[in-house]
Amino acid sequence: MIESAVSVLAAMMLGLGSFFMISGALGILRFPDFYSRMHAASMTDTLGTYLIIGGLMFTAGWGLPLFKLTLILVFIFFTSPTAGHALAKSAQLSELRLGGEQSGSAKPGAGGVHSDQHPDSRDLARADRV
Amino acid sequence: MIIATAVALLVVMVMALVRALLGPTIHDRILAVNVFGTKTVLLISVICFISGRPEFIDIALVYALINFVSIIGVLKYFEYQGASAGEGASD
Amino acid sequence: MTTKKSVKATDSGLRYSLYLSLVLGLIWLGNSGHYSPLLLAFGALSVFLVVWIARRMRVVDGESQPFHMSFRLLAYYGWLFRKIVESNIKVAGCAWRGRSAISPVSARVPCALQSDLSRVIYANSITLTPGTVTVSLDKGELLVHALTESGIAELQTGEMEGRVARLDQ
Repeated sequence: MIESAVSVLAAMMLGLGSFFMISGALGILRFPDFYSRMHAASMTDTLGTYLIIGGLMFTAGWGLPLFKLTLILVFIFFTSPTAGHALAKSAQLSELRLGGEQSGSAKPGAGGVHSDQHPDSRDLARADRV
Repeated sequence: MIIATAVALLVVMVMALVRALLGPTIHDRILAVNVFGTKTVLLISVICFISGRPEFIDIALVYALINFVSIIGVLKYFEYQGASAGEGASD
Repeated sequence: MTTKKSVKATDSGLRYSLYLSLVLGLIWLGNSGHYSPLLLAFGALSVFLVVWIARRMRVVDGESQPFHMSFRLLAYYGWLFRKIVESNIKVAGCAWRGRSAISPVSARVPCALQSDLSRVIYANSITLTPGTVTVSLDKGELLVHALTESGIAELQTGEMEGRVARLDQ
């Protein structure tokens, strides 16, 4: 009885995790600019990953695999924002160099729109206002 | 369900690869490769359970470590390339 | 790594080294699964080596092992997890509705946190919640990019910052 409940819970978590994964990948494909894609990627790295690893943990039962899955979970929990921040900061530096459009939020009015990403001038206006 | 998860992960990896191929800027590609790497970690752990040998989760753990370090390394490389001299050495 | 360690760290340094050895030993035992004397000796050796290198790098302190806030940190991560779930659902909705649902915006968010550790926890939490990403972390303010305006508005209420500030007391 309890075992079947656990396996149903595990299947639900795996299914939900797959759903968030697919949504994140869809976002990575559909969103118009780099920073928006980063939000979609961070979605696959947070809840999608937690749910899939959680489902596997329920499947694993007690033992060393459970401990190792916990380690993977903790590791991804701490590294994915670090990687995301490094990516954003690196993008910021590169677009500053190119005089890109997103860097306008750091230095409004510096340089024109250059790249094939969407030139979202509303960003600049908002950043000035805030 | 666990096999469906593996299929979903493969679909996600294909979508990430499409973004890596399309990606207009280098950072889009790095982002896609990062997503691809973390999904590989999950795929390895899912495959361990499909094949019924959970001991092999070590491989996923090691892959997670390598993936993080390689992404940071690649980013550092492009950051130094992109920044003006001395600006990239802020930390 | 810009923080300079003060001299008073040396007497508590031993305590943190012991904590670090304990944690590393547990991780080693959990990952190994073999408990013959030879392998245990190798494990002890590698733990010793890592602690020695970490001490040489001067990263063994209350900043890398924030034990003084461990219980509050657990409660904080519990709260953060709820936020992560909420914002995941929002971003998933945006992803399915397509680009008409999003309005990317970046803004500078003020940050009054004093210690390096709490500022890093704050920036990390912002990045961890989908929909907001910390792009740069300066003294006094963060540059945050958000998928929708509500993400910025939520940060500007200062709820998360208040919770992080309470961690460090």
